[in-house]
Amino acid sequence: MILTPAEWQVLALSAQVGICATLLCLVPGIFFGWLLARKDFFGKSVLDAILFMPMVLPPTVPGYLLLVTFGSQGVAGQWLKKHFDIELAFNWKGAVLASAVIAFPLMVQAAKLSVQMIDRRLELAASTLGSSPFKVWWSVSLPLMLPGILIGSIMVFSRSLGEFGATITFVGNIAGETRTLPLAIYSATHQVDGDAMAVRLIIICLALAFFSLLMSNLLTRRAEAWLGVRRA
Amino acid sequence: MLELDFIFRREQFSLSAKQILTAPITGILGASGSGKSTLLALIAGLLKPQQGFISLNKKILYEKKSKTWVPSHKRHIGLVFQDGQLLPHLSVGHNLLYGFNNIQPSQRRFTFDNIVDLLELNTLLDRRPVALSGGEKQRVALGRAVLYSPELLLLDEPLSALDERLKNQILPFFLRIYAECKIPMIYVTHAVSELEYLTDTQFVVQDGQLIAGK
Repeated sequence: MILTPAEWQVLALSAQVGICATLLCLVPGIFFGWLLARKDFFGKSVLDAILFMPMVLPPTVPGYLLLVTFGSQGVAGQWLKKHFDIELAFNWKGAVLASAVIAFPLMVQAAKLSVQMIDRRLELAASTLGSSPFKVWWSVSLPLMLPGILIGSIMVFSRSLGEFGATITFVGNIAGETRTLPLAIYSATHQVDGDAMAVRLIIICLALAFFSLLMSNLLTRRAEAWLGVRRA
Repeated sequence: MLELDFIFRREQFSLSAKQILTAPITGILGASGSGKSTLLALIAGLLKPQQGFISLNKKILYEKKSKTWVPSHKRHIGLVFQDGQLLPHLSVGHNLLYGFNNIQPSQRRFTFDNIVDLLELNTLLDRRPVALSGGEKQRVALGRAVLYSPELLLLDEPLSALDERLKNQILPFFLRIYAECKIPMIYVTHAVSELEYLTDTQFVVQDGQLIAGK
């Protein structure tokens, strides 16, 4: 299967958006996952609901909210433009933000589950061996969270590759700038002679989704074996 | 010398202790759920009493009156858990060094090689905890706690998960550790035979109180 330069461009842009969205979700996802799993505080249920809302909302809703907040007329958009000369609307960086917002709950959920699976007594043992709370987190909790973080990252990446509604609402469908795989498929299906292109991109999507899930499975098994949870 | 004079309450459970423990090896007996592990967690700083004080070698670790509270990582009290609680992502060697690396070289009273020899761990150093037997895990956990050079070593039913044959193999290591390292120990168990082997100084946790045994 030979791809045209335009299709390679779509693929490269999708990978770029997916990788950047995954990196953007990583630190806050781990933080909120840990917070929800380990801490009890006033408003926890509210925070939990807010963090997971992108999962249940039609993606066009977060897309529209991003547009009014980070668009050229939005408060955050104007602030970013004025202080950092950054424009998100109708820009690939905006596609990263849209993908990250939609996929963020997957990272939080994966991190939260991985924290809940850690045996607290391991952390207590580390504490009685002279490790401060931060060192316990760094040297015990974080390594034991790795399989979950890995799964979360792959899920965020895969979800970003498939992100459509929020992206098209916030950053549009601009070839070479914001046209990621699903948007390119959508465009191709609306062209008179776009069927062949659509089929090629759909095959790529199927292959990427399959390999992402396969990688997730293999890496998790490797990580679990490394942690001693399961033999390789 | 460990001085205990505290009350701890959590929901329906309460535990109080007013004792001075001075023996090299102190045994504490008690039925399941009597509060033995809670007592060790209070001494180690993993739980906080509501009243009273705890001091070790005249240093206050907890005192309600003066609002003193030394957290677990600053107490220099080692704790060996029931099932070792070795860090699964580290090799045996790195588990042994975990606490050792947390203290200043000047605070280290034992060398890595000494303890590895004493507990016969030489052949296990590169293994992962998952590849160890129950008895090996407990020896590594004991070595890890000793290498931290604690002022007091708490042993929370360290042999309860082992069969009689393994128990008889491991018990002498506790005496060997005390003989070589001179770290006072508090050994908690529900097995009278283990305590009779290790020490004559025994206490009992009964009806929410720590009371002198024989």
